[in-house]
Amino acid sequence: MSDPATQDGRKFTTESKLEKLFARGEFVVTSEIGPQKGASADSIIHHTAESKTYCDGFNITDNQSAVVRLSSIAGAVHILRHGGNPIMQMTCRDRNRIAIQSDLLGAYSLGIRDVLCLSGDHQSFGNHPSAKNVFDIDSIQLIALVKMMRDEKRMLSGEEMKDEPRFYIGAVESPFGDPLELRVMRLAKKVRAGAQFIQTQAIFDVEQFAHWMSLVRSAGLDQRVNIMAGVIPVKSLRALKYMKENVAGISVPDELIERMAKAENQQEEGKAIAVELIGKLRNIAGVKGIHIMPVSWEAVLPEIVTRAGLHARPVID
Amino acid sequence: MIVAEQKPLTEIAENIKDAQKVLVVGCGGCVTVCLSGGQKEVDILATSLRILRKKDGTPIDTATETLERQCDKEYVDKLAEKVQAADCVVSLACGVGVQYLAERYPDKVIIPAQNTKFIGGTTEHGIWEERCALCGECILAQTGGICPIIRCSKSILNGPCGGSQGGKCEVNPDTPCAWTLIYGQLKRQGREAALGEIFPVKDWSKARDGGPRKYVREDVLL
Repeated sequence: MSDPATQDGRKFTTESKLEKLFARGEFVVTSEIGPQKGASADSIIHHTAESKTYCDGFNITDNQSAVVRLSSIAGAVHILRHGGNPIMQMTCRDRNRIAIQSDLLGAYSLGIRDVLCLSGDHQSFGNHPSAKNVFDIDSIQLIALVKMMRDEKRMLSGEEMKDEPRFYIGAVESPFGDPLELRVMRLAKKVRAGAQFIQTQAIFDVEQFAHWMSLVRSAGLDQRVNIMAGVIPVKSLRALKYMKENVAGISVPDELIERMAKAENQQEEGKAIAVELIGKLRNIAGVKGIHIMPVSWEAVLPEIVTRAGLHARPVID
Repeated sequence: MIVAEQKPLTEIAENIKDAQKVLVVGCGGCVTVCLSGGQKEVDILATSLRILRKKDGTPIDTATETLERQCDKEYVDKLAEKVQAADCVVSLACGVGVQYLAERYPDKVIIPAQNTKFIGGTTEHGIWEERCALCGECILAQTGGICPIIRCSKSILNGPCGGSQGGKCEVNPDTPCAWTLIYGQLKRQGREAALGEIFPVKDWSKARDGGPRKYVREDVLL
């Protein structure tokens, strides 16, 4: 019997479409959908239908900003049912190791093949700031756990399992976080733990990102993990300023603020900036893909991907 | 030390509204040091409660006492007569002291006058900061003497998270990022390479997650 994870004579760790695309040397494009604050998947279904041919996968966020929304597992299943490829985000904020493993098993049984491991935004930023947080394990320990379940067929306790979840493992990194040396060291740690692809925090400062990438290359990390540069299309000057002033790990150069301030049509300028950023980022050595996060502006994805010359997405048989 | 902060007077008053004779008990331990539950605070609280009740037209009698420590049966026993004479007891100790009184005098209503906040110390006069999570398995040897369990908002062991900016925690700009501190400390000592190792998952059963803890030392049992 042939091994289902074998294609083109090459051994894959998972059945993930992303893994195959990276292996083929494709420049991968992912996007993001934030579920609704309600018991409906209408917006997820709508955005999936609208954009599924414009990207290779959709992150489905896990109560991002610590705001209660439809769960990432359920959202991922809706994306799958409507022909999209979900990348399930999983945070450590709301689940202990028991719930995390249980959800990983459940998610895999539902057809989800990609998982993105994060710490999770602190609950003080969300709509239930008086909640108790969990953080039983951290994001790096979560990466190692997903790998352990897959490659060793064991749970964190060491107990063996017969039907292991075989996830393609993603993680995030913040190229502008402090201290810079520790950021690269921490990326290396994520790779060692088992991360196979990395989506970065949104980049506006290409020069600074290029410097970070040079450190990443010096450490040989670009050869060991597929790095996707993060881009947020910004609708307005207000949004851009908000990110500059309030979001940790985002660095917005003053020139960009001035450019947006001068723009006659800020939405159009925002699109143009995103398209230009993608053009610059994809030419940086070691960048294997782009992760576009159209926060509350999902409808803009097709236009940005098209204008960036990335529309014809590769097909996997 | 255990750091505690006095509850609002109105909350304490509400909890003793049916009493006429109130015993206010302080503690000579941690709460005296952190200026919230020693003899001085006992006197102020007793006076404040008397004034409040007098204004309300329901005057009370108060008695006061400050024990060496409320977390010690030997001292708590000495209160017997005063407790008997009172309708209810207001404790200015930490949560341990309140429970020691409640266990020793089960027929009396014991009211806490403090919110027990954390284990920590003063960083400057009038400022107290948390330092220990009482997790039951100390890792300070690996983290440069800085505890990420209690000083990182997410208690992460392989930090910093993406919310660290300019050496501060995004949860509160007044809070230093524990992992930036740890990195700085280890670097100063030439030990920062250790941060490249994945810190294993913690055994939380040694913390309160394992249920209420008890520590027995056979060698000192009587």
